[in-house]
Amino acid sequence: MIERHDSLVVVTFVRVLMPLVQLFALYVLAYGHYGPGGGFQAGVILGASYILMLLALGRESFERRVNERACLAIAAAGVLLFLAAGIAGFAGGTLLDYARLPLPVSAVKARYYGILLIEIGVTAAVAATLIVLFCRLADTEHQPEP
Amino acid sequence: MSETIFAMLLVLLVVLAVVAIRAGDLLVAVIVLGAYGFVMSLVWAVVGAVDVAFTEAVVGAGASTVLFLAALLRTSRRRSPLPSRLRWVALASVIAVGTVLLSVTAALPLWGDPDAPPARHVSPRYLVATVAETATPNVVTSVLADYRSYDTLIETVVIFSAGLGAWLLLAGRDP
Repeated sequence: MIERHDSLVVVTFVRVLMPLVQLFALYVLAYGHYGPGGGFQAGVILGASYILMLLALGRESFERRVNERACLAIAAAGVLLFLAAGIAGFAGGTLLDYARLPLPVSAVKARYYGILLIEIGVTAAVAATLIVLFCRLADTEHQPEP
Repeated sequence: MSETIFAMLLVLLVVLAVVAIRAGDLLVAVIVLGAYGFVMSLVWAVVGAVDVAFTEAVVGAGASTVLFLAALLRTSRRRSPLPSRLRWVALASVIAVGTVLLSVTAALPLWGDPDAPPARHVSPRYLVATVAETATPNVVTSVLADYRSYDTLIETVVIFSAGLGAWLLLAGRDP
């Protein structure tokens, strides 16, 4: 069981740091079209902010804010969003051809927004999966049967 | 100047790898492995692969370290020694694989060679067409998410499967 950290400095620091880390994750997601970054990196950073919260504030206060089952559902939703973006352009003939997405923009811009859409899906899947992985691995209360 | 730094980073990589392998305490090994990931990300940045450097920094130095630490919570910090018979098998296979890799190294194209096969096949097409076709100046993003999005889709499914597997194997309350 991960307890709340004894030091007020650590707890306060993490509380201040968390929103900044999450803001940076959103920046990395949104700026992936123009600079280094993208959905995968943004997802890991977003997931890491919640792991930081679990490590510093303890499992009790973590579970009041984050539901593991919901995380698993969000991860699945991310994968499905990716698939949906791929299938939406399928009518014309090719899977994952964002140029045929039903958006009121030109074909080039449709590919631009298609990339953004699937990056959001990847971010959700990676962040939620990372949280689930860490929660399960660090949960020493429930050991599997040997 | 930059070549001196590059050489130092490569030497540091080897030193960190040896320390991680030799450490008796697995906690030490995990932390050193995190440092290895960070130096590796610097190496990627020096050779110009900024996106890979970014991924290595967040995954190699960050996420995998914290996941290894969580795994140590469930197991033990002590290393159990390999049976001596297996040691010889391990040594022989390491030498065999190492010899093959070293002998092939001479045939690799030089780093940054514009005539290397990977630089001549489809890469120039992506570099030229990415802005006109996808309005995305970062070629790495347009290749990963558009031109080669099948790979990324399957990758995402693999990551989700890893989470699902961990959930099913290490299920907590009300399984």
